Amino acid sequence: MNAFVRIEYIYWLVGLWLAVCAWQNLRDRRWAMGAFWIIVASAFAFGDLIRGATAAGSRWPAQAMGAGVIALGLLAVGGRAARQPESGERSTGGLTLGNALFAPALAIPLATLAIVLIAPYVAIFGKPLIGPGQPTLVALGLACVIALIAALRTTRAAPYESLSEGRRLLDTLGCVALLPMVLATLGSVFAATGVGDAIAHIVGATIPVENRYACLAAFALGMVLFTMIMGNAFAAFPVMMAGVGLPLLVARHGAMPAVLGSLGMLTGYCGTLLTPMAANFNIVPAVLLELPDQYAVIRAQIPTALVLLCVNVMLMAILVF
Amino acid sequence: MNYWPLIGVAVVIAGFALKRNAVLVVVAAGVASALAAGMDVGDLLALLGNSFVSNRALLLFTLTLPVIGLLERYGLRERAKIWIEGFRNLSLAKLLIAYLGARQLLAMFGLIDLGGHAQTVRPLLAPMSEAAAGREGALDDAARARVRALAAETDNVGRFFGEDVFLAFGAVLLIQGFFERNGIHLEPLAIALWAIPTAISAFTIHSVRIVFAQRRLRAQMHEMPSVGNPTEDARR
Repeated sequence: MNAFVRIEYIYWLVGLWLAVCAWQNLRDRRWAMGAFWIIVASAFAFGDLIRGATAAGSRWPAQAMGAGVIALGLLAVGGRAARQPESGERSTGGLTLGNALFAPALAIPLATLAIVLIAPYVAIFGKPLIGPGQPTLVALGLACVIALIAALRTTRAAPYESLSEGRRLLDTLGCVALLPMVLATLGSVFAATGVGDAIAHIVGATIPVENRYACLAAFALGMVLFTMIMGNAFAAFPVMMAGVGLPLLVARHGAMPAVLGSLGMLTGYCGTLLTPMAANFNIVPAVLLELPDQYAVIRAQIPTALVLLCVNVMLMAILVF
Repeated sequence: MNYWPLIGVAVVIAGFALKRNAVLVVVAAGVASALAAGMDVGDLLALLGNSFVSNRALLLFTLTLPVIGLLERYGLRERAKIWIEGFRNLSLAKLLIAYLGARQLLAMFGLIDLGGHAQTVRPLLAPMSEAAAGREGALDDAARARVRALAAETDNVGRFFGEDVFLAFGAVLLIQGFFERNGIHLEPLAIALWAIPTAISAFTIHSVRIVFAQRRLRAQMHEMPSVGNPTEDARR
C-alpha cells in the first residue's frame, strides 16, 4: 500500500525549488551556475523514472544522468559562485517581531518530531501518512513546508522573498552544497571498482596475523583510514569487516561479533570527524557559518576525534576478547 | 587483485591537497577509478547516474534554506543573540554542553534530523554561542570563527555518538545485516547497547574540550580586551 506522502513527493519539491534557483541564476546571466542547478534539479525531478528505467533494463536514462554528473564537475569550475557580499541591510523587523521569530525556526525540528511520532496512527483516504522507508526524511520535508508557511505568516513577507533569500543562502554555499551528494556517488563508484577490496588486501597482507592486538589495531586504523577516504563509515564497515574483522578477529581470535561490530563502526565515526570527504558534516558547516578556513571545523574536531579513537580502541581491546 | 582503481583515491587526495574545485576532483576521481578498473564508458555513465540519483537524500537539507533565509532577513540571528544575552549565568560551556547532551539523547531515540548545520546550527546555535562567549568581552574575528567552529563540531559529535544507540538506525541494521549474511545471528539490541560506552566517553571528552575552549577564550580576552571590534555587532 502506498503512503499518502511518499519520499518522491519531497524530492519533487526539492527539484522544483532548485529549478527556481536555476532560473534566478539564469535571469542574472550566471549561465554556468544556472545550468549547474538545472542538472541537479533534473536528478530530483526524474530520479524515480531513472531508477524505474534501470530496474526495467533500460540504461540510457541513467547514462544521461551520468553524463550530467560529469558536466556538473566541469560547470562547478566555470561557475565558481562569486561569493556574494552578505546583504548588508537587514530588516530591523527582528526588534518588533521579537521572540515570535523563533517559532518558525523551531517548527522545523519540532514539526519533524511531531510528524514522526503521530504518523503511524494517521491515515488519509485509507493510506498511511508516511511510508516505512525513511520516515524522518519525509517528516523533515513536510516540516520545512509547515515552517515556511509559519515564517511567511509571522514576517508577513511575500512568498517571493523567501525564495530569493533561500537562493542567497544556496549561492553562499555554491557547489559545496552538492559535495555530499557527489562524494556519496564516489563512494558507490569506489565500492563497484573494488577499491575497498584492494585496501583490505593490503592491510591483511601487512599485519602479523598471529597477534590479536595487532589485528585489532589494524582493524581500527583501517576503519579510520578507509572512512576518511570514503567519507563514510558505512562504506568502510563491510570492507574492513570482510577483510580483517571476520576472518582474523572473529574466526581466528574469537572476538565477540556484537562488540566488534558496534565499536568498529564507532571507530569509523572518529574518521568521519577528520575528513573533508564527509562534506555535509565538515565542509558545508564551515561555508554555512562563513568561516574563513574551509577546514576550520575539521581542525576543531581533531583533538576530540583522536582522544575518542584511543578510548575506543582501548574499549575494544578490553571488551571484545 | 587489481590495485589500479586505487588511483581514484590518489586523485582525491591530490585534488583536495591542491585545493582544486572539490566537485570536479570527486567526479574526476570516480572516472579515473572506473576506467582503471577496466569499466567501459557505458557502464561508467550508468553507474555514476544511478549512484547520484540514489544519494538524493543528502541534498534534502536545501529545503530548509528558504525558511532560514527569510527568518534571517527579519533578524533571527540577532534575536537569538539578544535572547541568550538575557540569561546572565549562561556561559558558552553550559550552552554547548547542554546542546551536546540533548543532541545525543535525541539521536538515541532516532531523532537525528531534528538538529543539523542548516536547521539549527547556523540560525540558532552559532549566534547563541557567540552571544554567550561575547559576555566575556568583544570577540575578534578569529575568536568568532573559533566559537562557530566549536558549535558546528558539537553538533557533529552529539549526532554521531548518539545515533548508534538507536535500534532502528541504519548503522545498527547494517552491522546486523552483515553478520546475518555471514551466518552469525545477532539481536539489534545487543549491537546498540555496546555503543553506550563510546557515547558516554564522547560526551565526557567533548565536554572537557568545550570547557577548555572557554577558558582559552577567557584568557585571551583578558590579555587584550580592546582587540575586538565592538561596532561589528551594531553593523550586522
